[in-house]
Parts: sequence; C-alpha cells; structure tokens
Amino acid sequence: MRTVDPGDCFETWRAAARRLLQEAVPPAEVIWEGNALPCLFEELAAYKVNADKLVVPAAFMDLAKSVACHADPDRWALLYRILWRIARGGERSLIEISSDPEIAKARRMEKGVRREIHKMHAFVRFRKVGEDDEGRERFVAWFEPDHFIVEAGTPFFVKRFANMDWSIFTPKGCAHWIGSVLKFSPGCAADPCEDPDQMEDIWRVYYRSIFNPARLKLKMMQTEMPKRYWKNLPEADLIDSLITESRERVDGMLAETPRAVRPILKNAYLEKLRNLPEVAEGE
Amino acid sequence: MDLANKLAILADAAKYDASCASSGANKRDSRDGKGVGSAGGSGICHSYTPDGRCISLLKILLTNRCIYDCHYCINRRSSNVRRTAFTAEEAVTLTLDFYKRNYIEGLFLSSGIVRSADHTMEQVVQVARTLREQHDFRGYIHLKTIPEASPELIEQAARYADRISINLELPTQTSLDRLAPEKNLARTQQAMGRIKLKLDEAHDRRKNGDRKLRHATGQSTQVIVGADDSTDADFLARSDVLYGTYRMRRVYYSAFSPIPEPSVVLPVKAAPLVREHRLYQADWLMRNYGFRTSEILPPETPNLDLRIDPKLAWALRNRQDFPLDVQTATREQLVRVPGLGLRNVDRLITIRRHTRVRLEDLARLRVSLPKVRPFLITADHHPARYILESDRLIDRFLPKPVQLDLFDDADR
Repeated sequence: MRTVDPGDCFETWRAAARRLLQEAVPPAEVIWEGNALPCLFEELAAYKVNADKLVVPAAFMDLAKSVACHADPDRWALLYRILWRIARGGERSLIEISSDPEIAKARRMEKGVRREIHKMHAFVRFRKVGEDDEGRERFVAWFEPDHFIVEAGTPFFVKRFANMDWSIFTPKGCAHWIGSVLKFSPGCAADPCEDPDQMEDIWRVYYRSIFNPARLKLKMMQTEMPKRYWKNLPEADLIDSLITESRERVDGMLAETPRAVRPILKNAYLEKLRNLPEVAEGE
Repeated sequence: MDLANKLAILADAAKYDASCASSGANKRDSRDGKGVGSAGGSGICHSYTPDGRCISLLKILLTNRCIYDCHYCINRRSSNVRRTAFTAEEAVTLTLDFYKRNYIEGLFLSSGIVRSADHTMEQVVQVARTLREQHDFRGYIHLKTIPEASPELIEQAARYADRISINLELPTQTSLDRLAPEKNLARTQQAMGRIKLKLDEAHDRRKNGDRKLRHATGQSTQVIVGADDSTDADFLARSDVLYGTYRMRRVYYSAFSPIPEPSVVLPVKAAPLVREHRLYQADWLMRNYGFRTSEILPPETPNLDLRIDPKLAWALRNRQDFPLDVQTATREQLVRVPGLGLRNVDRLITIRRHTRVRLEDLARLRVSLPKVRPFLITADHHPARYILESDRLIDRFLPKPVQLDLFDDADR
C-alpha cells in the first residue's frame, strides 16, 4: 500500500497517476491523500517522456479534467481506477459504457461540475465599487461554489466583461481581471466587501414585477435555483413574501368586476387597419 | 414618475410573454470592442421567480399605452391600468446597468401600439440601435415586432436583434376576431414569411463568409392557451404550420392567466398550467422525436390527456408496437419508448455495442424503471404480455390514490 499526493488539480494528479501506471501499481494499493509526498516537478518531468506511450482516449481526458474540479475527496481514486481499467485492464472502450458503475459515478460528478460552472455564470452578482480616471468601471462579486470551478468558470467573464475591471471572490479561489490582465488568488473565508450596490433595489423591483402570482411553480424554481444559492442573491429575500401574497392577489383578480369594453377610438390608424385588403392565408 | 415606478409598471406589463430564450445568437464577445457583452452560447437563466419562470432577459414594454383592445391583455385600451413609458435613454441605461452586474443576458423589448405600427416600431428600433451603435452592446436582444409595420422597419429590427418575434396569440381568425379584434392571422403569417426570407438570406451570407454580418438568427411566437375553446389539436396544427412554413425557433404556449383588469368579454379563471405543460411536451415530441401531429392527437381526441405525458399516451394507444428489445431496436423506435429520452437512447446505442443491456444499466442512466418496464425487453427482463394488454396498464402511471392510514403517525 502506498500513499500518493494527488496535488490540487488535474495536472498534478495526472503526473502522479502516470508514474503509478508506469510502475504498474494497481488501484487497490494506492491511497490518494493530500500532502503525503512533496510534489517534485523535476521528478515528474523526467517521467513524462516515457509516459507518453500511455495513450488513453481523449474522452477520458475530458471527463477527468471535469471530475478533477469536483469537491469529493474520492475523485482521485475513482479516476485512477478508471484509468487503470482502460490502460491496464484491457477495457479500451470503458469510457463509452456510461452505465458502468464507475463511469456512471464519474459522469454524475462531471455533470455536477458543469452545472456548477453554469450556475456561477448565472448567479455571480457584480457590485459596482468605482471607476478609474478614464471611466473604466470596477466591480466585485462574492460567490460560494460547491466545487473547484473558479478557473474553469472565469473565461466566460473575461469574454463578456472585457472592458470592465472585476474580481470574483470565493472560498475556493478568486479571479481578478484588472487592466485586462487575468490573475487568480487563493480563496477567502468571507465576502471581503459587503457594501451593496444601489442597483440591487431596482433589480428587486424588476424581480417583484416580473413575477406572475397566478402561476406558482415552486418546485420548478427550486430545481433550477436551489436554496443554497439564495443567500448571495439580492432578489432572493423577496421570495417568501411573493409566495405568501400570491393567493390574496389572485383572489383579488378573480373577485374584480369585469371592465366594460371601451368604444373604438376615432383613430386614423385603426381606421386604416380595418380597411386593409384581405391577405390569403398561407401567402 | 421615477424609474423604479416605471419599471414596476412596464415589467408587470411584459410578464405575460413567456419567451425567455437567450440562446442561438451568432457567437461574439467584447474583447475586441469598446462595450460590454457576449452571446452565442447556450442561454443562461440568471434567476427564477416563484412562478417557475426564468429571468434571462430584462423583459419590458417601452410603453403600456395601447390603442388595441385584446381582451386577455392587461394593457388593452379598455383596461384602467396606470400608463407610462420609458424614454429610449432610460431603457438603454437600465439594460446596461443590469447587464454589467450580470443580472441578465440582454434585453427583450416589446411595446403597446401607440399612434401606428410604424411609429411604435421606430421607437423600439431606436433603443436597439442606441445599444448597438452608441454603446457597442454585444449582449442578446429580442425585439417584438408588429405585423403591420413596414417591412423595412422590421428588417432594421432584425439587424439589431438576435431574435425577433410576432405573437400570434390565438390559433384561428375566429378566435382573434372575438378576443383580439385588431389582429389578423393572415397578415401575421405574411409578415412571418417575409422575416423567414430575410433570416434565410442572412444565414446564407454568413455561411458564404460574411462573418461580420449582424442579423437576427431566428424568430419565435406565442399562443395563449385556455382563453377560448380552441382545442389542443387547433394549437398543434397551427404550430405545425409555424414550424414547417415559417421555421419558427420556438412556439411558446402561455396559459391564459388572471389579470387584475379582467374584461367582460373574457372572464378570468385559474391558469391551466398542466395543459400548458402537456402542449410543450407534445411540441417537443413533434420537433425532436419524429412524431406527427396526427400521432399525438388522433382525430377522435382533439385534446391531450392531462393525466399522463403525450408520449406515454401514444404508447398506450399503440401497444402493438411493443415490447421493443433494447439490444436490437432502431433509434427511431427507442425514442418512442415512454421514459427514454434522446440522450439516453444515444447512450444505450453506444453501450449495446459493447455489452448486453440489463435493467441495472437503465437504472444507472437514471431511467425510470416502472415507466419503461412494460415496454422494453432487456437481457434480464421480458415484460409479461398480459401487462401490456391489460386495460389497467394506465393505472401504473397515475399518481397513487391517497390512502388513509390510522397508524401513519405512529410509524414515524
């Protein structure tokens, strides 16, 4: 039995896994545990030449890159078991069998990671904190992802908000785009700048007004916007009152006296509409 | 009136439009520009309201003043709702302020009809033009257009927008005459036809190398369900024409919703949400699963069964086609099995090349076993013929009747 440090990202795990594969160490003999061995990059580089002979399907690499971002500590062992079966166990097509228990588990983790990246793109809320002398605006955001997705999720913001400065702070790493340079920094435990943005009030007005009380679908809302995100969404504190008031609002509408039809205005345009020639359907 | 009050009125006025898509635009971002924005990926829903609808775009009316009198609509001229209007500048600033905070994917702008179709269209186009040309806004824009507006104005709208739409609202002219007397089905479809030609033309130009061309990539429409006695067959037949002839990206079905200003012509009632849901399912089957309208709704049943989904309903009517062997059935056959979706069918077709598919494989793909079991043969399962032939097969799929249990509380 040996204890191996997977490092903290896909590349470090890959280097370690290559070495184990070279030495033909079966998965059952490996315990993946952080800080067990210092990560020696020179040593890893030396193995790279030989390791290139180990060809695995590109689909595995894609899967592994996503799974590596998952927060489950068992992910490294799972990936190595799959890699072993493909490279040493003769199961070349394993990656295509989505119903295999281990592939199914890895696919679920991959899905969780992709979903969390998507939710980061959806639920990051920037707050404006100022402008520089040239009028370039600066924004900050606080987000709490379940998985290690800050690096994978950031390119989207670079493309969309290339001409603003911004920082996204999270407990699992922070991203900064300042003066068109992208930098990452370690995570922080709490939101470092708590001042709200005055636009949040207008945003809440919008949220309240676009809601239709006559069609409650709470399960649908919570499937797509689970409660764990609510604490960082400025609009979410309206949800409870909107739900409670909805019954009364709908009853009010149903009890309303129907409005009479107002006679047609003397309006040149409506007149013209009525006299437009018939168009045959299907033209 | 201050901006917050205007927004409250003009968002409230826009919320009965179900369309929320922000996908399918031409790919672009702001790295080589001066402004803000990107589009072209899959759409993003930035929030959800308790009605289960997503907030993807800032959905507003430019004004809720209107000379039309559509009886399902809060903004019709007979309604006593408070009236207001955004200036173009206000709509532009609001869009940019929300966008930069990552609240939205872009703008969905519609308007009540003021003065004339052309006058109204010009105001709407002006907002989009300012966003694109003055602010280099590269986010998503959806513009609602009016069929009677001049084709030149509609084409201008299409040049600034990613999606344009005209709401049909009701599937037949008879219904329109009663509930939306200013609207005309044939003129609407004529405008949709012209838009389709322009969309095709733009698509070809891009395909032939004009990468810089800025033009909408699709059109959509909405119909209101449950406002009158139009049947599901009426809706699906209309959708067939809309998808086939005008190549709509989407037909939205919006359950007729109570409004605070009901009309004598159209008394309000609870929104038929399940019916709306079943129509979306049927629409989806027609577009992606190869079902014909006549298969989903045979002539003798003009309305969908609200208790079960339309694919299951079809399978129960066509039991002679089952059971199917998961190992040998074609893709076209498998997508018709209740409980199997497109993605899982594709996975199964790959998996079966390598191994014999068993029920546990289906379970790991998160397929509902109770649902597929009567219809599917696997390596370890062959459904009993009597189950498939039983008159009570449908009972397996209906919600269990609630049973009173004296010891219910004690058990927990």
